[in-house]
Amino acid sequence: MTMTGVLRPGHAQIRVLDIKESIPWYTDVMGLVPMGQDRQGRAYFKTRQEHDHHSVILRQADRAGLDFFGFKVLDKATLDDLEKNLRAHGVATERIPAGDLLETGERVRFTLPTGHVIELYAEKKDVGNAMGYTNPEVDVIEGKGICPVRMDHALLYGPDIDGNRELFQKALGFSLVERVKLEDGQTDLALWLTCSAKAHDIALVRHAEPGKLHHVAFLLSTWEQVLRAADIMSKHRVSIDIGPTRHGITQGTTIYFFDPSGNRLETFCGGYDFYPDMHPVTWTWDEVGAGIFYHDRKLNDAFLTVVT
Amino acid sequence: MTAYTILIEDTGESYRCADHRSVLQGMEALGKKGIPAGCRQGGCGVCKVQVAQGSFSKRVMSREHVSAEEEAIGCVLSCCIKPTSDLRLSVIGKMKKNVCRTVEPAGVRPVYST
Repeated sequence: MTMTGVLRPGHAQIRVLDIKESIPWYTDVMGLVPMGQDRQGRAYFKTRQEHDHHSVILRQADRAGLDFFGFKVLDKATLDDLEKNLRAHGVATERIPAGDLLETGERVRFTLPTGHVIELYAEKKDVGNAMGYTNPEVDVIEGKGICPVRMDHALLYGPDIDGNRELFQKALGFSLVERVKLEDGQTDLALWLTCSAKAHDIALVRHAEPGKLHHVAFLLSTWEQVLRAADIMSKHRVSIDIGPTRHGITQGTTIYFFDPSGNRLETFCGGYDFYPDMHPVTWTWDEVGAGIFYHDRKLNDAFLTVVT
Repeated sequence: MTAYTILIEDTGESYRCADHRSVLQGMEALGKKGIPAGCRQGGCGVCKVQVAQGSFSKRVMSREHVSAEEEAIGCVLSCCIKPTSDLRLSVIGKMKKNVCRTVEPAGVRPVYST
């Protein structure tokens, strides 16, 4: 598979209620690398292993949630092509000038049918992962914080997830990997979509209110690292939603937990590789519990209700 | 350690909550029920309560779920308040129906309200 077009999730801008409390939490508990603040006061972070300047941006606001979610695309020509695709699909786009986000080029911004703001961009400064490009050492995970591999995906909640699926598949070249059907056997409750060889790059759940965040997820390299993350969370009195456990959907191991503003985050490991010739997996309504939480085989109240 | 008695008027359930814990955390730590738990960090709004009596300290909570006017009259997220006296409160969060038992007359088994 030759990956072109949309490469991967590149950044999430998350609203926090108290940025002075959130910066040390994302640094010391999550183990992200602080990458400075801009003139608006937004705080930037990357994981140790990410090469690009940042993947998480925190903005102080009076309510929690997700401002926008960005995907990196192959190059500037691809950015232009994808913007044309979006417009041909009937989606209004706007250009955010280079430099609005630190060390980031021009972004193409649009709003999904579910009300979420999504961005595409081609350029962000490669600051490296401190291991270099020649004879790199392994980055041994030790010391404080969870230290995830990368910001990996997000799960968004909103009404018209069918419109989102059409947009991601037709205008941006995503593939459908898994879906959950409602009781009628027809309507999709939830969708998992990928732009890469991952089991998901974005996921969607049907929900009455538009523009809601269920979680932003961070990849860990092993199940041991997931357990280590849970120990770090308990030691720091982090509010854990569920886990460590496993998802039936994508088959990844997981912990759902909350940042100091109540935004749900996930640390997860695993999940299978996806190729575009694979047949989408369907979960029926009567087995949705096992799809979401494979060990408990039941939904918890919070999964469909607690969002920011 | 100082602790105060929290009474959940909807269920008649009461528990002792240490003053260094949030009202929600104090309930959960003892395995008690009555106030629905969500993010426990002031963002999602499901643990919203109306404090009828008593005093508390508070931390920042999302304006999406608690307006300044509500906050001023003790309509707050229970994950964001710590007791500074005994408290009486009632549950108004949006998951109330999922976890809050109705109080039945003696001899009748409690049922979950809908």
